[in-house]
Amino acid sequence: MSKFSKKRGKSTPAISTASLPDIIFILLFFFMVVTVMRDAELKVSVSTPNATELTKLENKSLVNFLYIGKPLERFKTIYGTKPRLQLGDKISEIHDIPIFLEKHRIKVSENQRPGISSSLRVDGNVTMGIVQDVKTELRKSNQLKINYSAKPRARE
Amino acid sequence: MGRTKTRERFANQINAGSMADIAFLLLFFFLVTTTILEDKGILVKLPPWSDEEPDITKLKTRNVFSVLVNASNQLLVRGEIMQVSDLRERTKEFISNPDRREDLAESPSNAIISLKNDRGTNYKTYLGVYNELQAAYNELRNETALKRYGKEYEYCTAEQKNKIRNEIPLVISEAEPTAFGEEGN
Repeated sequence: MSKFSKKRGKSTPAISTASLPDIIFILLFFFMVVTVMRDAELKVSVSTPNATELTKLENKSLVNFLYIGKPLERFKTIYGTKPRLQLGDKISEIHDIPIFLEKHRIKVSENQRPGISSSLRVDGNVTMGIVQDVKTELRKSNQLKINYSAKPRARE
Repeated sequence: MGRTKTRERFANQINAGSMADIAFLLLFFFLVTTTILEDKGILVKLPPWSDEEPDITKLKTRNVFSVLVNASNQLLVRGEIMQVSDLRERTKEFISNPDRREDLAESPSNAIISLKNDRGTNYKTYLGVYNELQAAYNELRNETALKRYGKEYEYCTAEQKNKIRNEIPLVISEAEPTAFGEEGN
C-alpha cells in the first residue's frame, strides 16, 4: 500500500504536450473560417451611430457596401474635406452607383439576385444631403433592400 | 555497423516537434488579420422610384403621424416639439390607440408614419429617430405576440409572424427632404 502512495507523491508526471499542435490547429481552423479579409481599404472615416433594432446581415456575398464619410486625413488634399461616397475601394460620385451595383450583381448567381442588399455604412456626423442622394440613386437603380449599418446599443 | 543502421531508421521520421510552432505562427497570423465583422444594421425597404410624388392628402389626418426633423436636429411630431427619448412611447400610443381616441390611428393597419428630414439633418439623429419608430413597431408586435401566443415575436412561427405583421404593418413614408440647412459638415 505504501508503495503506491509514495511513488505518486514524489513526482508529478509532466503534462504531455503531444496534443498541443492539435489544439493549436483547432484554433487555427476556427480563425481561418471566421476571418474575413478586408477587401476594401477605407478612404473615408466611418463611425456608425448606435441603434437598438438591429438585423444581422445574412449572406455576405449578397451584400454590397457603400461608405459615406469625410475623407481620411491623408486623402484630404485629393478629395477635400466634405463627406464623400466610397464604392469598393475608391472614392466615387453618386452617378457611379448603378455601375457599381451592376458589377456586383453579375457576380451573383441569377436565382440569388433578388436577395441582394446594400449596406450603407455612414458616419454619424454626416448630414443627410448626401445620404438622401445615395438613397434616391439606389431607388432609381431598383436596389431597394438596404441596411443602415449601426453599432449595437443596449436597450434601456 | 549496427549503429548506422539504427541512425538511418531514425532519419526516416520527420520531427514533429516544431509542428506546434508552425501552427502557432499561422494562428497568430489569422488572429491579427481577423476582423469578426459585426455587420448589423437597421433593415429598410425603400419604395420603388416613381417620378410623381405620392399623394398623402387623401389620408385622414388622424391616421398620419408626421415626424419632422430639422437641420438643427430638432424634432417636430404632429406639430409639437419632442425629444427623441419620448418618441417611442408616443408612436406606440398612436399606433395602438388604447383609449380609442379620436385623434389617433383608427387601427394599427391604417396608421402611417410620415418622416421628413432636412438635407442638413445629422445622420445620427435621423437614424436615431428611425430606430425609435422601428422600435415602437417591434415592441407592439412583441406585445401582441405575448398576449396572443404567449411567446415573444421572435419565437413565433412564420405563420404567426405573418399574421401579426399584417395586423401591424410597418409603414414609414419618407418625404423628399427640405433643403434649408447647411450641408456638408
